[in-house]
Amino acid sequence: MEFPFRPLFLWTDVLVFLLTAAVIVYFMRVRRDVNQRATWLRALRNPSGMASAVILGLFVLVGLLDSMHFRPLLPPQAAAAGAAKAPPAAKDAKDTKAAPAVVVSRYAPTALSVLDVLLRPFNLEGERTYSEPLATHAFVKENREENGRTIRDFPRLKVAAQHLKDPVSDWAWDVTWRSAAGLLLGVVMTLVATAGLVGLLVRHPAQKGLSYGAIFSRLWSNQLSMPWRAAVLALGGALLLAGLVIVLAPVYHVLGTDKVGKGLLYLSMKSVRTALVIGTLTTLFTLPFALLLGIAAGYFKGRIDDIIQYIYTTLHSIPSVLLIAASVLILSVQLESNPELFATAAERADLRLFFLCLILGVTSWTGLCRLLRGETLKLRELEYIQAAQAFGVAHFRIIWRHILPNVMHLILISVVMEFSGLVLAEAVLSYVGVGVDPSMISFGTMINAARMEMSREPVVWWSLTAAFCFMFVLVLAANLFADSVRDAFDPRTHIR
Amino acid sequence: MLAYITRRFLYAILILVGVNLLTFVLFFKVNTPDDIARMQLGTKRVTQEAINKWKTERGYDKPLIFNTKAQGMGMVKETIYFEKSFEMFSLNFGRADDGRDIAREIVHRAGPSLALAIPVFAVGLVVNITFALIMAFFRASYIDFVGVIVCVVLMSVSGLFYIIGGQYVMSKVLNLAPISGYQDGFAGWKFLLLPTIISVFSGIGSGTRWYRTIFLEEMVKDYVRTARAKGLSEFTVLFKHVLKNGLIPILTGAVVVIPLLFMGSLISESFFGIPGLGSYTIEAIQSQDFGVVRSMVFIGSALYIFGLLLTDISYTWADPRVRLE
Repeated sequence: MEFPFRPLFLWTDVLVFLLTAAVIVYFMRVRRDVNQRATWLRALRNPSGMASAVILGLFVLVGLLDSMHFRPLLPPQAAAAGAAKAPPAAKDAKDTKAAPAVVVSRYAPTALSVLDVLLRPFNLEGERTYSEPLATHAFVKENREENGRTIRDFPRLKVAAQHLKDPVSDWAWDVTWRSAAGLLLGVVMTLVATAGLVGLLVRHPAQKGLSYGAIFSRLWSNQLSMPWRAAVLALGGALLLAGLVIVLAPVYHVLGTDKVGKGLLYLSMKSVRTALVIGTLTTLFTLPFALLLGIAAGYFKGRIDDIIQYIYTTLHSIPSVLLIAASVLILSVQLESNPELFATAAERADLRLFFLCLILGVTSWTGLCRLLRGETLKLRELEYIQAAQAFGVAHFRIIWRHILPNVMHLILISVVMEFSGLVLAEAVLSYVGVGVDPSMISFGTMINAARMEMSREPVVWWSLTAAFCFMFVLVLAANLFADSVRDAFDPRTHIR
Repeated sequence: MLAYITRRFLYAILILVGVNLLTFVLFFKVNTPDDIARMQLGTKRVTQEAINKWKTERGYDKPLIFNTKAQGMGMVKETIYFEKSFEMFSLNFGRADDGRDIAREIVHRAGPSLALAIPVFAVGLVVNITFALIMAFFRASYIDFVGVIVCVVLMSVSGLFYIIGGQYVMSKVLNLAPISGYQDGFAGWKFLLLPTIISVFSGIGSGTRWYRTIFLEEMVKDYVRTARAKGLSEFTVLFKHVLKNGLIPILTGAVVVIPLLFMGSLISESFFGIPGLGSYTIEAIQSQDFGVVRSMVFIGSALYIFGLLLTDISYTWADPRVRLE
């Protein structure tokens, strides 16, 4: 039996799903623990924390959808046609040899993700080069033949705005009514979401005995125990934009197209996964080093402490960009000389992303390690740990039961605080040439490609704007969320 | 005091040796000279002779750590480790792939790097401290609240956007400064104006916020309450007492980075065409010149370790309470 697709698990996909599972397990434990639950609720009680959590949640959803990769089944005739079309000299001895190979694999060599499939109706493909957002005509003049004469003007776009008979007169009205319809759709979706939320809140014991209307008016005047209004506003903003995209994108390039005619909306959405992977997997790689070495140094002191301090001071002495650059250069030499590690270009790019996260992790654990060492040094002198030692509890057990839970807030704070820095670092590293694979869609590669466009005349402003907006919203949401998590978990903030 | 500094100095040398060994392992053990040669010559269809020729030209054809064929000291000296890695301690960095002497190049390029890095550092410090003091003075008011929001927003924009946007607005639209370039001496100030402004601006968000936290932490301490209790105005408390005490962590934090100013800034130098060490490093990374990257790693680490040493000394100078045994 043949399935219409074959799932493809890239290295980072597997880790992303493992990480998601770990986060779910963590929150299930938090739900049961009264204290941790209260602390997390405190982080969300801050309106900016709540709103940024909603926005981050949407980004994570995009990233997860984009992490489910598969290889679609090629339709039989397309596979045969593809084989016949591949080399221009059709009836060659070479060609007959190449044909069976294509038929046997049957699955496309490129990896698609669920997000690609969902975005397909909203991503028009086939433009040749730049076009402005919502444009009907290309951005660059081209020569074309008309009635035997060569005319040089802006040609109609190949796939966008095909439904307009006379683009000059119809365009303004078409865009206006479509925008209005999109906004209306957004409002309707927001209302449905709000109704769903009110429906859930009615059942919650905290709102016992309140009617739907009472809950709605309290939600609107922000009198509920949680700042649900901020959540609804954040979600509403996102849904309004989604409504616009749903109505406009099937016929226009909403954010314009780049140099090779790819839709920038699509590129920006695809960049989200790369940013999230770098921001999360890197911290995943830092944790084992920082945790083991930091706690060991603080707990055992003496010779072990000296050695660990020496290791992290040495590593920290090397300027991080240079260490990352050196490691990535070495990595690319290794990838270059071991091509058997990956079968497709997507796997190669993914392997490079995986190792980039690993390198970033190995070079950036020193800060958290130092923090954990200091905290453990303080904790080990406290009475309850002294008591445990006096009772003869094993070192490992003391660390696991008494030290680790008490440094958990530091780990959590540092994980959320690092995230936005890593997303920003990816862009810089890609600019330097030691970031992700050039074929991988990321904010860094987008900015890098758009850099020279600002000096064009007239200016191609939309590619940089698209990258800027997506990246800014993601990093701002991450920063705000990190702030409210820190305020909730850091015991020092309660003093003020 | 002297014993303390001597001990820190010896420890610094130990760390530098560690950095040296680490870079050696990274550049020669993980990545053999054969790999580098194959990379430089193009991966496909490279004969072993071509690789050997490449290695001989650049002196990579020797044993890694121990030369059994040589006599006496040559057993240690005629090796890749000694010639390529240990020689760095005597500031002999060898030649870049284009045949130029790396040490000479570094001396030439340190000037332009400093010409940009020093103003950025000094102006940035003054601007950030000023804003932080204003926010601390009006703490828990709307000015403070809006200031924090502006800081978070500024922090959330990638440095690349500041540079690209700044170049576009200041040079292309307003025509205020040349978009890039460099000129030696004072005549070159107009080339440095734009990169300085943009670099300072892009650092305001995180810098101001960090210093504000330091001042606020200082403001809940006992001596501040005493100062207020004896009737000093809030202005005097802030500028005479809090500022002085808050400067201790700020200055000692700043001392670490002073030696690193020599290294310049990777991104702004290459965007603004300033021929400093930052753009040298980027060019080396992009052309995969391992010799230059190795040298820059060594110099950067050495400067950072020197900065740590300066920090230790400055602690004793800035805060007499620090007891050094």
